[in-house]
Amino acid sequence: MLHRSWWKILGVALLLYAFVAGFIGPVPAKPILNETIRNLYFHVAMWFGMMIFFIVSLVYSIKYLRSGNLKHDWYAVEFANSGLLFGVLGLTTGAIWANYTWGKPWSNDIKQLGAAIAILIYFAYLVLRNSIPDLDKRARIGAVYNVFAFAMLFPTIWIIPRLVDSLHPGGMGNPAFNTKDIDSRMRLVFWPGAVPGWTLLGLWITSLRLRLKILEEKKLIS
Amino acid sequence: MKKVYYLLFCLYCLLVSTVCLAQTGSDADEKPQMATGLRADGKIWVVVAVVVTILAGIVFYLIYLDKKVSRLEKESQR
Repeated sequence: MLHRSWWKILGVALLLYAFVAGFIGPVPAKPILNETIRNLYFHVAMWFGMMIFFIVSLVYSIKYLRSGNLKHDWYAVEFANSGLLFGVLGLTTGAIWANYTWGKPWSNDIKQLGAAIAILIYFAYLVLRNSIPDLDKRARIGAVYNVFAFAMLFPTIWIIPRLVDSLHPGGMGNPAFNTKDIDSRMRLVFWPGAVPGWTLLGLWITSLRLRLKILEEKKLIS
Repeated sequence: MKKVYYLLFCLYCLLVSTVCLAQTGSDADEKPQMATGLRADGKIWVVVAVVVTILAGIVFYLIYLDKKVSRLEKESQR
């Protein structure tokens, strides 16, 4: 699967579609947002990518705990790495967007805070895992921490932001973006184009890092 | 098995597009200022070209890395 090329080509094609349709396609006219509503295809897609990678990372951590196969631990780390990359990009692009719509890059909005905390928790996963020299111990403690990190990720970005008022659209009980704010023409770019496109690009990067990691570990063992 | 995944993905795309088209957007009464003229002749295509060039650069870099890793893998198998 890692060596196949069809999904890489598909991902690039979907991104091309998202970029061209994202800039040229029609969008609803909204006050304050104006043309920045197009950021949906880029900023929001980062969070979707992050969430998918963290879920995959969790699955591999659980798999590691069940099997003891070190390969599963490597998968978990690399997917967490990619999730962090997407999360940091999401936070940065969000700050840029906020600067021109909410007036300042950081307004201590509950979703900004939640995402920042979640990202810090995942950074701690990498630090903790790399601080243990023993291979098996590192993998086991890392996997257990990763499960807890995911358990913290959920309240910080899915639950608490819904209980508190937020500058983000669709606060108080709704998903991260208000379904009334975007229309069908935007959904047609976002769901089939931007979300799978960015995720597949991230998967490609992850697959390369994974293959390198497997090579490195092989060299260490032999 | 792979064909099944492929089929599932195609189905997902198809489903999503039909669901999206079935919904209608709501229009606000007053019209906020949008760059409609800008999109037509305001050279927004230049921005598209720049972004697509960046994407192309990233993709070519990834292809290069992919090949490099593949070569390393072949070498380590020998």
